[in-house]
Amino acid sequence: MTFYNLKKQYDNFDFDEFSNSVECLDIEKILQKDSLSATDFLSLLTPKALVFVEQMAQKAHEISVRQFGKNIILYAPLYVSNFCINNCVYCGFSTTNNIKREILTFEEIEQNCKVICEYGIRHILLVCGESPEKTSLDYLEKCILVLKKYFECIDIEIYPLDVKGYEKLQSAGAEGLTIYQETYDKKLYKTLHTKGAKSNYEYRLETCQRAGLANFRNLNVGTLLGLNDFISEIFFTGLHAKYLQDFFPSCEIGMSFPRLRPTISHYQPKTQISDKKLVQAICAVRLFINRINITVSTRESNEFRKKLVPLGITKMSAASRVEVGGYTKNYGDGQFKVNDTTTVNEVKEMIYKAGYQPVLKDWMIL
Amino acid sequence: MEDILNIQGLELKSRIMIGSGKFPNNSLIPEIISASGSEIITVAVRRFDFGNPKENIISFIPKNIKIMPNTSGARNAVEAVRIAKIAQAACATDLIKIEIITDNKYLLPDNYETAKACETLAKENFKVFPYMNADLSAARDMKNAGACAIMPLGSPIGTNRGLEAKAMIEILIEEIKLPIIVDAGIGKPSHACKALEMGCAAVMINTAISSSKNPILMAQAFKNAVAAGRKSFLAGFGETSKAAKASSPLTGFLE
Repeated sequence: MTFYNLKKQYDNFDFDEFSNSVECLDIEKILQKDSLSATDFLSLLTPKALVFVEQMAQKAHEISVRQFGKNIILYAPLYVSNFCINNCVYCGFSTTNNIKREILTFEEIEQNCKVICEYGIRHILLVCGESPEKTSLDYLEKCILVLKKYFECIDIEIYPLDVKGYEKLQSAGAEGLTIYQETYDKKLYKTLHTKGAKSNYEYRLETCQRAGLANFRNLNVGTLLGLNDFISEIFFTGLHAKYLQDFFPSCEIGMSFPRLRPTISHYQPKTQISDKKLVQAICAVRLFINRINITVSTRESNEFRKKLVPLGITKMSAASRVEVGGYTKNYGDGQFKVNDTTTVNEVKEMIYKAGYQPVLKDWMIL
Repeated sequence: MEDILNIQGLELKSRIMIGSGKFPNNSLIPEIISASGSEIITVAVRRFDFGNPKENIISFIPKNIKIMPNTSGARNAVEAVRIAKIAQAACATDLIKIEIITDNKYLLPDNYETAKACETLAKENFKVFPYMNADLSAARDMKNAGACAIMPLGSPIGTNRGLEAKAMIEILIEEIKLPIIVDAGIGKPSHACKALEMGCAAVMINTAISSSKNPILMAQAFKNAVAAGRKSFLAGFGETSKAAKASSPLTGFLE
């Protein structure tokens, strides 16, 4: 069964009714379990469970320390292009925004790599806007070949490809894929993505599946928090991650919790996700999928990220620039406004102070 | 009499091996090694970082401690062999602990791919230590492929659940004439003691120490437990019986 079909089973599910039916006793029982069902997971996302957030955090901490130790892997994103054919209303790269469009030459990419390497970063996330014409598969393959000279692990966050496309990039040296569904609500998705390749909800939903079939090692999903209601979005993202873990047992599955940040689009989030709710979501996911990478990016503040460390975070970005070639240029318009602007050394210090160890290298391209 | 564990020329006085992947700070490693009395530590090759000596985990390992690189992250025999060769070049060692995981949920080893990697690496003169699910047939395959010890998991890695595979490990001790080293799942010193009492040659510990609130004290506890378990094994147990054996028999007058 595809994840699209699995998710369709919830098409008529009433999340409000379910939330109202959950009792404190249900949450207490769930917190005694070692293995959670999808319904248990959903229960932990309801307002009733918010009362138990400390117990959830304690359990999430204990599971995370056993599973991953006290280690946080650091990475940095490198934006190589902001050309985009989509008009996502919440994104700084939307076609409707009058921003300077750029694409890095391979020489510029090398210059950026050198700066990021000087920071000590060894894991890189290659990012570009969604324009297959400007950032063709051949261009991206060459980008990866350049990155390979400098980094030990290359993940990509690009427009969705078919299996052959992913195979090409995997052969070049890409190990992981990050792709956000943005929202799992099909109707809302259609209103937010009205044109371009991104308007195809189902194709985007099955993107990780195609990368997994192309032998990608790390698959990372996420939903853009603020576009829609909290419970259903985190629930479907967790379900998606679980589906991928079951389908690709040899892959490392990861999940991100990006909250909407201000962009040049001035989009106003539909819902505000509080810190407490974000913590609830992170802990619920850790309890539902014990072995999952959890990434918190520089969208969050340094202070808040420090507090999240013991809750089960395994990866963090550091010193991120979200402008094209932002590590070497005067900064233009980024995809969004970064929150944690501290240096790599400051992020490392923050992690040490939280009693954990920053890990700069956790793989090598074979 | 000195009790030396000799694994194809690798001589160890201590029967505790230390894993390195989960500590909150690499600077703890020397103290943990010292407190545990261990002479050997396993390190994931994926964590080697010779380009960054200040943070390279290898820089934190005392010079007198042997390094056993491991192939953590390998998903098949081909990848494990590649990683082993990187390790050999980087560390100038012939020791390699094979870890091949095709299940990232439970992190259970793939015995079939592990046996294949054993064969390739043993032929290339590595001293091969395969991490495996406790299974007699697979252990025989690994032995026949040239493994110099067998490293069954006590229970799934990182669970601290102890010797849940005890019955299978006992069969390996009985049937496989190689050192049996319990590699994963040991959560308490008493588990380690039990493993040595059963006749395991050694144990490998990481999570139990790293997840303790006082890792150094826990490392000391493991040192004592392993020593006690080994001495107990060497001394031999008295017989156990479900029936009482009275010191003043009631029927002695019949003799």
